[in-house]
Amino acid sequence: MEHGTASYLIWIPLLPLIGALINGANAFFGNRLPRILVYIVGCTTVFISLCLAFNAFVDLQGLPEDERYLEYSAYTWIKAGDDLEAPLADGTTAAVTGGTFKVDVGFLADPLSAVMMLVVCGVGFLIHVYSTGYMAHDPGYSRFFSYLNLFTFAMLLLVMGNNIFVLFVGWEGVGFCSYALISFWYKEMPNAWAGMKAFVVNRIGDFGFIIGFMLLFWSLGDHGVWTLNFRELAANAHLLAGMEWGGISVVTLIALFMFVGATGKSAQAPLYVWLPDAMAGPTPVSALIHAATMVTAGVYMISRMNFLYIMSPAALEVVATVGVLTALFAATIGLAQNDIKKVLAYSTVSQLGYMFLGLGVGAFSAGVFHLMTHAFFKGLLFLAAGSVIHAMSDEQDMRMMGGLWKKIPWTFGTFAVATVAICGIWPFSGFFSKDEILWKAWESGHRLHWVLGFIAAGLTAFYMTRLVAMTFFGKNRSTEEQKHHLHESPWTMVAPLVVLAVLSFAGGWLGVPEALGGHNRFHHWLAPVVDSHHGDAHHATALLAGEHGEEHAVPTGGHTAPAPHGETEHGAHAADDHAAHHNTERFFALISVLLASGSILLGLWVYLKRTDIARKAAGWLGGIPHRLLENKYYIDEIYNAAFVQNLLRATRFMAGFDTYVVDGIVNGTAILTRATASINGFIDKLFVDGAVNLVGNTLIAGGQRLRKLQTGQVQQYLYVLGAGVTIIIIVGLFIL
Amino acid sequence: MIGLTHYLVVAAVLFVLGLVAVVSRRNTIAILMGVELILNAASLNFVAFNRFSPSFPAAFDGQVYSLFVIVLAAAEAAVALAIIFAFYKINRTVNADAANVMKH
Repeated sequence: MEHGTASYLIWIPLLPLIGALINGANAFFGNRLPRILVYIVGCTTVFISLCLAFNAFVDLQGLPEDERYLEYSAYTWIKAGDDLEAPLADGTTAAVTGGTFKVDVGFLADPLSAVMMLVVCGVGFLIHVYSTGYMAHDPGYSRFFSYLNLFTFAMLLLVMGNNIFVLFVGWEGVGFCSYALISFWYKEMPNAWAGMKAFVVNRIGDFGFIIGFMLLFWSLGDHGVWTLNFRELAANAHLLAGMEWGGISVVTLIALFMFVGATGKSAQAPLYVWLPDAMAGPTPVSALIHAATMVTAGVYMISRMNFLYIMSPAALEVVATVGVLTALFAATIGLAQNDIKKVLAYSTVSQLGYMFLGLGVGAFSAGVFHLMTHAFFKGLLFLAAGSVIHAMSDEQDMRMMGGLWKKIPWTFGTFAVATVAICGIWPFSGFFSKDEILWKAWESGHRLHWVLGFIAAGLTAFYMTRLVAMTFFGKNRSTEEQKHHLHESPWTMVAPLVVLAVLSFAGGWLGVPEALGGHNRFHHWLAPVVDSHHGDAHHATALLAGEHGEEHAVPTGGHTAPAPHGETEHGAHAADDHAAHHNTERFFALISVLLASGSILLGLWVYLKRTDIARKAAGWLGGIPHRLLENKYYIDEIYNAAFVQNLLRATRFMAGFDTYVVDGIVNGTAILTRATASINGFIDKLFVDGAVNLVGNTLIAGGQRLRKLQTGQVQQYLYVLGAGVTIIIIVGLFIL
Repeated sequence: MIGLTHYLVVAAVLFVLGLVAVVSRRNTIAILMGVELILNAASLNFVAFNRFSPSFPAAFDGQVYSLFVIVLAAAEAAVALAIIFAFYKINRTVNADAANVMKH
């Protein structure tokens, strides 16, 4: 195998596509294949992809750190310009790529995409297995598995593409699959609306994304570099430094436009509104697409484009601020929701906000780390919630639940593990990833961001405890019918829960920071991708500061913020610095855990012992805050009034314009033509036809008169003949 | 003294009688008889012109012509009677007005 190429990479996305085609054909031709075969096709294709992804991961590990990438180009998709060959001094020639543009359908496996591939295939496979149990009673199972496989294909395309075009194809592909799966039960109108909403809101983001990468492409083209390949972009990004466009740095513009795309796909403010509605889809879909994988595409994309973002402190600042505000905002909404899946949806929005906070403070590896652990525990939360819903005969309202822990112990156990993980209790996975993000925020000088993120963490622990308390503890409030059907889910659903529970528990150990006695292997693994920008010492230093305790340069803003413990000296105090630094980090970890535990205990106390407090809190200030939260700050209504209705009005106006003006012009022309034509026709009839008919009629009339002469009476003829001869003779004799 | 003119007047009277018979009679037999009268008028003219010609009696070709006309009249009467007979067989009448098949 030549270094850096690996043809098996193409099979990783291709296998789920084949599965999707088989199951899609089966659904199209009326489900002729037996159920079990559909399940096998759906699951095995993803499983083989998982094995291949793992193979890629092992291959990467075998390479030296600087060369950890595998690429495979299936074929050249788009090609523009000519291949040039420039003569060199020694008589040979060299290929000149300047001025030549080429887009391959190419796949890239590097540490970042390897992580994403493993998450997508791993969590994806578990969810496929889970779906075999969850969809067992649904007649549309073949269509469901087809979409699920298609989604896996698109997502793998997204994370494995070696250029922005392939990424974008995957980006749109997952958007489509998301739409198709949200509206999976399309016979119910709200589901169809939710799918449309998701699609339309995503399109708004995609629009920004397209502008972003076109701008990037164009600006680099100004420097003679025509490429969309990530590795080439990363190598040439420094050319953009100093370029300005209307007083704004071009890099900032590109980064912000791309971030618009990320806010759409990853449900950040202000485009998060589609995600809670997306819960209309089947629960495995919520777990796979709207928790574990698709919504993290924005995080992946920004990590992939990190070489651009570190060049633009302003853009990073925006990312971090939007992220932390979304985290806090969504967490408050999560406090007052009663639908179990809605709580989890807002929780997802909130956790995604954390990831963007991580990215925004320059800690790309921390963001991706949280992405991974979140995929585990949030995937698990959704699957377990699905198991609850399944057990409760499709009941989603937590007010109808309660006391379920005895009835569905496996679901409860795994749900509890995931809850503790998301709350951030040591040593569960969420602790390591969330804590790292908060720590990096503090460390890079984003004090306010840290405070907001810290509050959001407390709220997270509180609303998750509320969810658990309302669902699993207390009195059972369900109907007799539901109680009768209450049962633990089949093993196909429980097994993935257990595997994910193990991952949610232990997944964080990959990235134990040095301050807590680990080596942060996750960070080192991603370092070649997110830290390979030697041109930007600033950033590298800030990222490594956690381990090496060097100068605490801040990636954003360029000013040097004092380190948390107040020391700014270089070199000499490095060792002291190091130790003090670690102590600070440990302290922050401790208060995080205390906050989370405190919130959990408070939640349990409020929702189990003193439910009157919860009721009083709901009635606080006349119930206005509670109603505000319960109705999600009326954001949907505001959007509806501000944008949707105006847009509809505008489109109605356009439709009216079309109907009355455009159609009017067309119809008017038609009427005019008809009028002139009828005049023409009248003239034609009257004069032209008249003349023609006149000739004919005259001839007919003449003929009719003449035919009377021919009587058939020979004697008459003879009489006329005699008369004629007589006349001729008279004329001849007497007149001539 | 009876001259050429008297013969010609008799012939003309015969001719007109024959013509009137042909034109006005409905009976085909009568029409045929009218035709005979016309032929005889013509024969009378031939004979009369021959008798009063300057080269008479050396040339008497007019008289020969009249003989031919008589033979012709006999043949014509035979043919015409055959036609009338056939016509009668079809129409059960000898009325000339019935011979209008070609008109319709």
